[in-house]
Amino acid sequence: MFLNWLKPNTIQAPHIIGLKTLIHVVSLYLLISTYYLALTGDIGGDPVQTLTHFTGIGAFNLLILTLCVSPLARYLRQGQLLRVRRLIGLYAFVYAACHLYVYVAYDLIYDWTLLVNEIIDRPYITVGFSALLILLALTVTSLPALMRKMGKRWKHLHNLIYVAAILVGIHFLWSVKSDIVEPTLYLGIVAVLLVLRYEKLARYWRR
Amino acid sequence: MLIKSYRKNHLTEADVTDEKVFTDRRKILKSMGFIGAGSLLANSASAGFLDFFTGSDEADSQQKAAGKVRPLEFSKAEADGQHLTSEDKVTSYNNFYEFGLSKSDPKANAQGFVTDPWKLEIAGEVDNPITLDLDDLYAIGLEERIYRLRCVEAWSMVIPWIGFSLSELIKKASPNSKAKYVAFETLHDPQQMPGQRNRFFGGGIQYPYVEGLRLDEAMNPLAFMAMGVYGKTLPPQNGAPIRLIVPWKYGFKSIKSIVKISLTEQRPATSWNIAAAHEYGFYANVNPKVDHPRWSQATERRITSGGLGSDRRIRTEMFNGYGEEVASLYTGLDLTKHY
Repeated sequence: MFLNWLKPNTIQAPHIIGLKTLIHVVSLYLLISTYYLALTGDIGGDPVQTLTHFTGIGAFNLLILTLCVSPLARYLRQGQLLRVRRLIGLYAFVYAACHLYVYVAYDLIYDWTLLVNEIIDRPYITVGFSALLILLALTVTSLPALMRKMGKRWKHLHNLIYVAAILVGIHFLWSVKSDIVEPTLYLGIVAVLLVLRYEKLARYWRR
Repeated sequence: MLIKSYRKNHLTEADVTDEKVFTDRRKILKSMGFIGAGSLLANSASAGFLDFFTGSDEADSQQKAAGKVRPLEFSKAEADGQHLTSEDKVTSYNNFYEFGLSKSDPKANAQGFVTDPWKLEIAGEVDNPITLDLDDLYAIGLEERIYRLRCVEAWSMVIPWIGFSLSELIKKASPNSKAKYVAFETLHDPQQMPGQRNRFFGGGIQYPYVEGLRLDEAMNPLAFMAMGVYGKTLPPQNGAPIRLIVPWKYGFKSIKSIVKISLTEQRPATSWNIAAAHEYGFYANVNPKVDHPRWSQATERRITSGGLGSDRRIRTEMFNGYGEEVASLYTGLDLTKHY
């Protein structure tokens, strides 16, 4: 295959450090610079909607990227790559948390009653909020010490990332008025990433 | 009655909006290297990439747009204490799916839209079918009206439109006794409107965009045909050269770039109702008590001016606050069923 020019395990610890640095720099730069532009009012039309979309799509992109790591590592035979997965996943949560923050702070303008009602009444917000809670649980339990302590339960818990990915896809699809092309593409990507894990998921299901 | 006497040369907030400050600030930011990233990040990604390669930026397109719009003569509205939405927001945050699905797309994609010459046909159940050109329309006489615009997406603006009452236009065609409804149609020109060319780009709406009102709604003095905004002709992204404004209904009723008005006996089809009937009714009156499946309509985010954090969340009023003028149109109608 075309990617096989890379010899197995070419990617080593120094590369991983570089890769992690890159993930930090890109994720934080995009987030901070966009927020800065929104604050100065120079982001066009309505900064609230721009920020909402940016953090939402950003979180989904990062979540998908997280799910790409293990298939990619296996396909390229680069076991070390798995070491960046947690970091990307953490940034997916950071973006998702910012997404909620923008919604609460700048769209609902801290109307907490309205927030609770919307989470209950609007199916697309219900599923989106559920996904955020899953990401929160995964983030909180992402410390290596906890991972060791939780053992098998940690694996069960972290398999919920597949549920989160599906929920986020539905959240996106249900949130649009009629332009379903982009959310459908995203759901397609999620489906492909799940199919790649067919054996694992089937095993899990049978148990 | 909301329509007050109109005094000439009364100062409005439009007069103090300083576009130059906005433009200059963009330039400063650009020189600091911020705009490039911003353009790529904003959801006008395609425009951002194009700008990057052609070296133009939004300030240039603003000038291009400024070349297209020209000042209008009109009788000014009295300032009524409402805080106007800033001009740059009114002209850069638009739902006009013919030019793209994102709010920033219409401004990016509509600048080449030809709106002069233009013909507006009034036909159907009328004794005097007519076709008017721009000069005929301007000759009706322009006045300014500051209206609240409430979008079904639960945000709102306060906008100084320039135009004339829809009733004046309809009277010119002399509706006959069969006329019960008024149907409106946007230009259908896939050459100029990318959204009509490609169903992926057009957001699943059937084109041309169509809207409708009951005749008595259309004859209400508040129903307005706008040909300008902020003292100038309408920019293309706001529905140039002529659009409907029905301030007590959700924004999607206020159809843009109209080429045809038909008086009909039967209730006409309307675009969003065709697309999703359970979400968008024919009436679409602003109603805080009837929620849209996706948005609570009890409150709205009022977009005024300034950056992030300058908007307020306010309670939505029945008929967008125009109940005194229009509530009588709906006596005996169950507005929960006829949403």
